Amino acid sequence: MKIVTANSLQDGAVVYLGDDDQWTPQLSGAARFEDSDAKDVLVAAQTRIEEITDAYLVSIDQDGAITGRETLRETIRKAGPTVRLDLGLQAEQCA
Amino acid sequence: MQLLKLSSHGRGRISPALEEPSQEVSLDEWRNNPQAHADATALVIPNDASVADIKKDVSGFDVVILDFPQFKDGRAYSQARLIRERMEYSGEIRARGGVLRDQLLFMVRCGFNAFEFGDVGAADAALREFTFAYQPAADSVAPIWRQRLAHARAA
Amino acid sequence: MYRYDEFDATMVAERAAQFRGQVARRLSGELSEEEFKPLRLMNGLYLQLHAYMLRVAIPYGTFSSRQMRRLAHAARKYDKGYGHFTTRQNIQYNWPALVDVPDLLDDLAEVEMHAIQTSGNCIRNVTSDQYAGAAADEVEDPRPWCEIIRQWSTFHPEFSFLPRKFKIAVTASDNDRAAVRVHDIGLRLHKNAGGDTGFEVIVGGGLGRTPYVGHTIRDFLPKEHLLSYLEAILRVYNLEGRRDNLYKARIKILVNAEGAERFRGLVEEEWAQIRSSGIDLLREEIERIHAYFEAPAFEKLPGESVALNAQRDGNGEFDRWLRVNTVAHKIPGYAIANISLKPIGGIPGDISAAQMEAVADLADQFSFDEIRATHEQNLVLPHVRKEDLFKVWRVLKAAGLATANIGLVSDIIACPGLDYCTLANTRSIPIAQRISERLADLDEQESLGELKIKISGCINACGHHHVGHIGILGVDKKGEEFYQVTLGGSAGEDASIGEIVGRGLSSGDVVDAVEKLVQFYKSERNDGERFLDVYRRIGADPFKEALYAAA
Ligand code: SF4
Repeated sequence: MKIVTANSLQDGAVVYLGDDDQWTPQLSGAARFEDSDAKDVLVAAQTRIEEITDAYLVSIDQDGAITGRETLRETIRKAGPTVRLDLGLQAEQCA
Repeated sequence: MQLLKLSSHGRGRISPALEEPSQEVSLDEWRNNPQAHADATALVIPNDASVADIKKDVSGFDVVILDFPQFKDGRAYSQARLIRERMEYSGEIRARGGVLRDQLLFMVRCGFNAFEFGDVGAADAALREFTFAYQPAADSVAPIWRQRLAHARAA
Repeated sequence: MYRYDEFDATMVAERAAQFRGQVARRLSGELSEEEFKPLRLMNGLYLQLHAYMLRVAIPYGTFSSRQMRRLAHAARKYDKGYGHFTTRQNIQYNWPALVDVPDLLDDLAEVEMHAIQTSGNCIRNVTSDQYAGAAADEVEDPRPWCEIIRQWSTFHPEFSFLPRKFKIAVTASDNDRAAVRVHDIGLRLHKNAGGDTGFEVIVGGGLGRTPYVGHTIRDFLPKEHLLSYLEAILRVYNLEGRRDNLYKARIKILVNAEGAERFRGLVEEEWAQIRSSGIDLLREEIERIHAYFEAPAFEKLPGESVALNAQRDGNGEFDRWLRVNTVAHKIPGYAIANISLKPIGGIPGDISAAQMEAVADLADQFSFDEIRATHEQNLVLPHVRKEDLFKVWRVLKAAGLATANIGLVSDIIACPGLDYCTLANTRSIPIAQRISERLADLDEQESLGELKIKISGCINACGHHHVGHIGILGVDKKGEEFYQVTLGGSAGEDASIGEIVGRGLSSGDVVDAVEKLVQFYKSERNDGERFLDVYRRIGADPFKEALYAAA
């Protein structure tokens, strides 16, 4: 399974393509796609150049957790820097 | 692609050129057989060609076309300066290929005076973005340090 | 310090306005990201993992209290209250929004700062000795020449789309604090036999995937010809440098493919054609720029401060800071005070807005308004009266800026790594933090002496690992963080590239490995030998054995 991620154009924040076809900062809100469909979804997402930049696919497992080679990178993108737990999305969730 | 031209060297006015179809010949073809291309008016120089000994080749042409295979491949900036400054070529030096709005001023400063570029309004705005330049180049603009000296001497 | 005149101010203001237009065109969709990216990069704006990152230039590392206060203001207003000093005497903001960057740049332009050419395939911010103008060992202040290079290279029309980025560093001391042998061009001001000062010109050094120590292509270049000579080098590079392979595009590859001798021939041939063509400044302008860097109004003071000697006697902590963090000044009664941005367990190079303001106040009061950023990610107050050092230290201590570890094992250079950087294989900062915590004891650190650890999160080598006495490079092994250790590198006048020792280590093991190396060094050293000296004396093998001996 795949999800689509990108950075928001205006502020660079990490976003995921949600079920409602809107961008959300929450990985949990990301729409899941079968590997076979994901390419087309990505290509469509990449045309939304006034909203986002640098869109690509991330692999997830059945439970929606990030998997594969880029797990650490994607975990850091999702949460924030591991050396500043007071910054990024992780900060909001602790507070 | 539209052709834009500067009214004069350096920072003249830029405007669309009337299409005057030029007979193009590549540097290789020209050097192999100049007779066969006697009616050619524009010499097309690839950006990996040495221009060190090109003076007599360019001198007979009204137009020299330099290529930017990609906008970020900047070899033609140096070629243009050498042709304009060292070869003292006074004809048209035309930029072709990856010609972006935000590069036009650099090109003008290196001696280009014609551009295969579609948007005259954008080009005109781009050429007005900077009043001064720090360093001398192939245009006629006096570098800032010379202007400073002129001010100081006048004062 | 250099001050802008109307010309400089206009250039920077027009650049800010131009960038505002470029951002507007991107936001409206007129520019695609592909078209915008080179434009934003030429103005120092990257996209990192979590946000945009703006790199602001601090030309040759010299700035004022007013500028530092404005950097603090920008950190609060447009970022998350902090900044990060880099290995190129720049400062980075990790969180600005694209829509805010034009305003941020306007705020900086008001205090004569900018982000021009802090990225992109152009001539980058010129770097220099952080002690310039204060060091007892310099032949003259190199900064006027840095400023001359800054102006010449700014928006150079011919050299804005080079094969690759281009970094120039200048030193004027035999003790090379600017790492001139590992830059695209390194310039060393020195005196020749006739007593004239001129430049040794070193070309083709660099780190990254293929590290090289540079080659001297000219022993002595008369100063007034600097710009035409640089222009000749850049022209040869722009025309001849490779553009077919990103990893082979730096000038070091060209110099080493051609051979230094042939490359020198090409440069000299080009220079012969342009040396009298009006590129070089006239004497009046050279003098005008030098005038900005005239020494501040130093007082006539005794070489020793009685008060200082009393203060240090009663205070071991202060005494240590004096020993480790202060350096001899060329004027009697003054000292150069280093400010470590490497607190034990902290993030190398990070500084909060409040700390920036504390440093600004100190510079204002005690250092003729001058601050320096170092390529080792620290700060310097270049001109402090010895009798003021205790006051300065107390303020620094209160601000968490008085760690006495300059040049010691916890003064670690680390790139941002995977905590921020999109190109990273691994994190760098947590490794630096754990090494620093493991070897925290300052007595022990001082007894180990000079020991430079440098960490990069990928082969781009922003953390200069190749020239660390101990270098650590992050590599990715099937999605896990691994670290390759190199030994014996140096960025100084005795520049050398470190050698890889053995297989990669897990993030858990790499800290142990550093400790083992340090212990081994201790057991092997003779009196006064630094880590690097021992390594050079006994070679890599004994270190490898110590490192990989079954635990
Ligand atoms: S060395 Fe690699 S990981 Fe570190 S900042 Fe540079 S590009 Fe990023």
